[in-house]
Amino acid sequence: MKTDDLIRALAADPEVEKTPLSRALLYGLVPGILVSLLLYGPLIGPRPQLLAVITEPRILFKILYPLAVFACAGPLALQLARPTGNARPLVAILGVLLLVLIGAVIIELFVLPRDLWRVRLIGHNALVCMVLIPSFSAAPLVGALIALHRGAPDNPGLAGAAAGLLAGAFGAALYATHCPDDSPLFVATWYGLAVLVVMAVGALAGSRFLRW
Amino acid sequence: MRVDQESEWSSLLRAANAGDGSAYQRLLKQLAPVLRSFVRRGLARASVPDADAEDIVQETLLAIHIKRHTWIETAPVAPWIFTIARHKIIDALRRRGRRIHLPIDDYAEFLAEEAEEPSMIGAFVDRHIDSLPSVQRKVVEAIAVSGASIGEAAERLAMSRGAVRVALHRGLAALAARAASKT
Repeated sequence: MKTDDLIRALAADPEVEKTPLSRALLYGLVPGILVSLLLYGPLIGPRPQLLAVITEPRILFKILYPLAVFACAGPLALQLARPTGNARPLVAILGVLLLVLIGAVIIELFVLPRDLWRVRLIGHNALVCMVLIPSFSAAPLVGALIALHRGAPDNPGLAGAAAGLLAGAFGAALYATHCPDDSPLFVATWYGLAVLVVMAVGALAGSRFLRW
Repeated sequence: MRVDQESEWSSLLRAANAGDGSAYQRLLKQLAPVLRSFVRRGLARASVPDADAEDIVQETLLAIHIKRHTWIETAPVAPWIFTIARHKIIDALRRRGRRIHLPIDDYAEFLAEEAEEPSMIGAFVDRHIDSLPSVQRKVVEAIAVSGASIGEAAERLAMSRGAVRVALHRGLAALAARAASKT
């Protein structure tokens, strides 16, 4: 076929995607988040007296920190889903957040007696954490990937990883309201690993599903 | 580089995204030779014969078409276009097991090119059009090859205009997706 003929067909098709990518991501995430909440409620629910202890710095940190990551990962995924999108400022902010996490671990090491380090690191239910965070991330990840499919990521694997970070951060924040292990040693290690798993799944799915 | 080319392209694409088909056609006609030389340059850099250059041009035009909502109207349009073209070149090379680094910083030199060329023939659409559902294939062929308008195609195929529009869009989207799915 002549390229001019193709152009004629393209020009005759006026249909343009009207929903902005950011809103599409929202529409993808909301049902995913609802599914996770429906799992969370009957399955584990919040820890007893959550509201009474939530101002305790360690508990506050382990809930707010993933939320901060979540807030950055959304715009990051959107930038990565667009040709010429600029991910750098968001990567820089995420880098600062990583330093904050390292800072929290260092502070914890200072305030915690040395013989408790191992105990707090291992915690009560590392395995449950490693299972539940990815479980609560699964539906939001699917929703985010479906939304990003409308985009045109220059690097589909990277965009998928950002979707994984977004979904994983949500899963971590949700699980944090239940989890009895509050030490940053535990959070940095096990939450971190769980989110990395979700990111890896996102990258793998993205490199296939987000191609265009 | 002509400075006004950027502003011309961006106003054409803005009009196109608002539904102006003739502005869109003008834009795509201007882009085709520019993309052609960009693609040839990319293939030359990878030391690949440029026999398939027109296929990649067609894939790029389809991608621009299906993804044109990802251009933000206030952002420069040329980098957006060349990023898509580069993506398609790299994809095509990857299919042949080649990897190249293709910077787009130097795309500016292509903006100056406006050589009048005869319309080139690419095999991409022909290769995939038979895999479309027959209604979509007939609509795409009627409009592309026979030069029918939406209305004429509707009459010829005994369909409503709305159905022709839907079939055209789905057919083009499916063709664009064919470029992505073969690894």
